[in-house]
Amino acid sequence: MIERVCVIGAGTIGSLLAGHLAGVCEVSVLTRREEHAAALRDHGLRVSGKHELAAAVFATADAAELPDFDIGIFACKALDLDASAARLAGRAAAATMMTVQNGLGAEDVVARHGSWPIISAVTFMSGIRHSDTHVEYELDTATWMGPWARTATSYAIVEELAALMLAAGLEAEAMADLLPAQWSKLIFNSAINTVAALTELPHVSLFARENDFGDLGRLVHGLIDEGVAVATGAGVELHDDPWEMNRLAVARGETAHSDYAHRPSMLEDVLAHSPTEVEFITGALVREAARVGVYVPLSTAMYRLVRAREASWSLAGPAAAVAS
Amino acid sequence: MRVCVVGCGAVGSLFAAHLATLEDVEVWAYDVVEEHVAAINAHGLRLTGRAELVAPVKASTDPGAIPACEFGIVATKSMFTAAAIAATAHVFSDGAVCSVQNGVGNEELIAEHVPRVIRGTTFPAGRVVAPGVVQMDVAGDTWIGPFEERPASIEEVEALADAMTRGGMPTKALADARGAQWTKLIFNAASNPLGALTGLTQGRLCELPATRALISGLVAEGVAVADALGITLDSDPEALIDHSARVAYDHRASMLQDAQAHRRTEVDALNGGIARFGARHGVPTPLNEAMVALINGMERSWETEQ
Repeated sequence: MIERVCVIGAGTIGSLLAGHLAGVCEVSVLTRREEHAAALRDHGLRVSGKHELAAAVFATADAAELPDFDIGIFACKALDLDASAARLAGRAAAATMMTVQNGLGAEDVVARHGSWPIISAVTFMSGIRHSDTHVEYELDTATWMGPWARTATSYAIVEELAALMLAAGLEAEAMADLLPAQWSKLIFNSAINTVAALTELPHVSLFARENDFGDLGRLVHGLIDEGVAVATGAGVELHDDPWEMNRLAVARGETAHSDYAHRPSMLEDVLAHSPTEVEFITGALVREAARVGVYVPLSTAMYRLVRAREASWSLAGPAAAVAS
Repeated sequence: MRVCVVGCGAVGSLFAAHLATLEDVEVWAYDVVEEHVAAINAHGLRLTGRAELVAPVKASTDPGAIPACEFGIVATKSMFTAAAIAATAHVFSDGAVCSVQNGVGNEELIAEHVPRVIRGTTFPAGRVVAPGVVQMDVAGDTWIGPFEERPASIEEVEALADAMTRGGMPTKALADARGAQWTKLIFNAASNPLGALTGLTQGRLCELPATRALISGLVAEGVAVADALGITLDSDPEALIDHSARVAYDHRASMLQDAQAHRRTEVDALNGGIARFGARHGVPTPLNEAMVALINGMERSWETEQ
């Protein structure tokens, strides 16, 4: 029975998870910065937007202070995952861990630091982080989860965690095999994030427009077609058609609230001159394409351009080491 | 000889001012910027930098005030070609009009309005530093030749090349100017959008393996289209790229300068030109099309800013 959940990383997704789950179980939060933990201990965590919640959570920046837990959810960015998992090495031996990072390979990173059973997850919810203790719940879309095939994770615990998240007011769905959903999101994310990062456009209806020569939707569609070919080559049957995901996402923006234009995280990173997750998203897709022998010139170009853009704001930047 | 320069910005001014130093050439200029035109008429057109001169040019924002000319030189940004030549077509009702613009597709637009057209490619560059004053930053050659679909005579091409050369803008008259044009086109299309999308200088683009590989991918598409068109390039664009990385390491591509200033770019005449000619001849150009989509998207992001 899941009674204690630890959320590792209290960015937007981590705060949304912790803020909701605190209503149905005991929640601890492991932060990177001590002042963040202190603020959470002193003021609790506020969720606004789709839900209005005020949650009391135990927070610490010192993994040794964490109380024991049944489920650990790694909600940090893919770039911080290795360091975060290392902090939990040798701890919570009986826990099951869940990864919700964008892209591919998060489970492998966590598995390097412990023998915990691992749940794979992808999340479509989104929010806006207003402060260390206040997050706005923007898109109340689902988190999908399933047992990672390379650890002996029981499907029962996945179902139990999904039920707990539903009880907490989040959207969640357990799946026996997450790969089809994970790949659908990977392909969608790779196209939308790189196009947004390079054009500096939020995800707007232009991303689905493909009437005329030079329309952005044609590029997005081309990128998605390449991703689908890689998935097929890897033997994965997709859960959702990523092009439909794109079409629906921008249509939602147009009808429900016409001023809505989601800023994908890679665009936020580019505007802030922060390292992006392109290596885990498009980089992972390009490497997988090479493994299965599928030619992906457009995805390769987008990967190279985003890495080069990262290099432009740090002269000794990571692109110095980018593989050609 | 009476010549009208259409679009008297940086490049147009280089031609107008040099030609106007000649006794036997009368130079008119059509431009839409009132202050620039007024300054030219009041004080002459002044060049600084690689050329130091002041020349008498008759400038106007009103095409109706310009007399019939034997030659036209179109030097607008490529997105203004159609409007500029439509406005001035009557000036060239029996004239030969030469494009010295970036990209491809300009001659086709000009040919819709005038009887004879000259294809041109030019390397000199500069910038307008004040009304009536243009700084010449880069000197270099110009190549001109009859536009195949609506050709000027080779005598006309030679006469214009001779005047340009005597005026101080060295120009070669060629029977086929497509090789020169496509060489510059492929070079520009392979490096300009990458500068704009990444913020990197020419030298940095060429030293990072990731962007250097992408440049080669774009060059290969352009060369394949040129091959399909039966065009013999006059030099290897790959070699030009490597040369530019050495001599212009810190240069920010003009499209990067446009992007940083939020000015509309010429991507449609560069990568768009390669892609359109490719589509017409069954040559796939996915990378060039991707550059058009990305740069167009970037331009749209400036419009949506609050």
